[in-house]
Amino acid sequence: MLLTGISVIFIRNLFAVVVLAGMFSLLAAVLYVVLDAVDVAFTEAAVGAGISTLLLLGTLALTTDKELAKTKIKIIPLLLVIFTGSVLILGTRDMPNFGDAKAPANLHVAPRYIEESMKETGLPNMVTSVLASYRGYDTFGEVVVIFTAAIGVLILLGQGYRKSRRGSGKIINKNSGEAE
Amino acid sequence: MDFPGLINYWIVIILMMVGFYIVIAQGNLIKKIIGLNIFQVSVFIFYITVGKVSDGSAPIMAAGIDTYSNPLPHVLILTAIVVGVATTALGLAMIVRIRTAYNSIESDEIERAEILEDDK
Repeated sequence: MLLTGISVIFIRNLFAVVVLAGMFSLLAAVLYVVLDAVDVAFTEAAVGAGISTLLLLGTLALTTDKELAKTKIKIIPLLLVIFTGSVLILGTRDMPNFGDAKAPANLHVAPRYIEESMKETGLPNMVTSVLASYRGYDTFGEVVVIFTAAIGVLILLGQGYRKSRRGSGKIINKNSGEAE
Repeated sequence: MDFPGLINYWIVIILMMVGFYIVIAQGNLIKKIIGLNIFQVSVFIFYITVGKVSDGSAPIMAAGIDTYSNPLPHVLILTAIVVGVATTALGLAMIVRIRTAYNSIESDEIERAEILEDDK
């Protein structure tokens, strides 16, 4: 997974980069299954590896798949990244160990969801019951965000864009964001 | 320190830094978006690993299982993945638009074109 991430830096053919990004998402989905997050894995495989890759490929079709600039390691960003990384690693020394059932994150509201959600919502899948029932307003907010993004894409690639494309004599492509 | 220990956080941080480096050091806009995605996925993995409980199973009620992983981070990340795709779509739409305006998707070329325009 790390390897795909790092090779994104060095490969100049953008098509290969996009395919690597899709692979990265799929590997992430596999990792989620291993970590018990099956619902997240579904979504990552369908949305992250599927729709994202499709959108990226659509963009490549509308633009270009060649990267012009030569890839060279830039010193200042690299130093900044290494510095940030080391500070973050220092910060992990206080974190609870992996898989610790007594970690603060696992003690606050989660036990209630695990014990009561079957009685209260009648759904065996706790993720579904939390998503649709306890935190339904979050899901509503998500819908609002997607709607806003869809409007943004439509504004950017809507009527005006098509007119300018027609002027340059190219094929008018269907807006790839509409499916969202 | 026993084996899994804190290694999950370190993996997350390394991935996150790879994404961060791509975002700040690469000139190509599509690569920048992919870097942003890598950064995002590393945050997702962080949440999921925090919610993992040793010997726990997926948070779906079943007879004979009494240890479950924490369902709350899963829900949050489920939402975040979909929102992430929405932002990716918006960013890509902007790239397509920038390409029609400047005929390039490299940030340094776009800067050069802007300077040329200012000189006119």
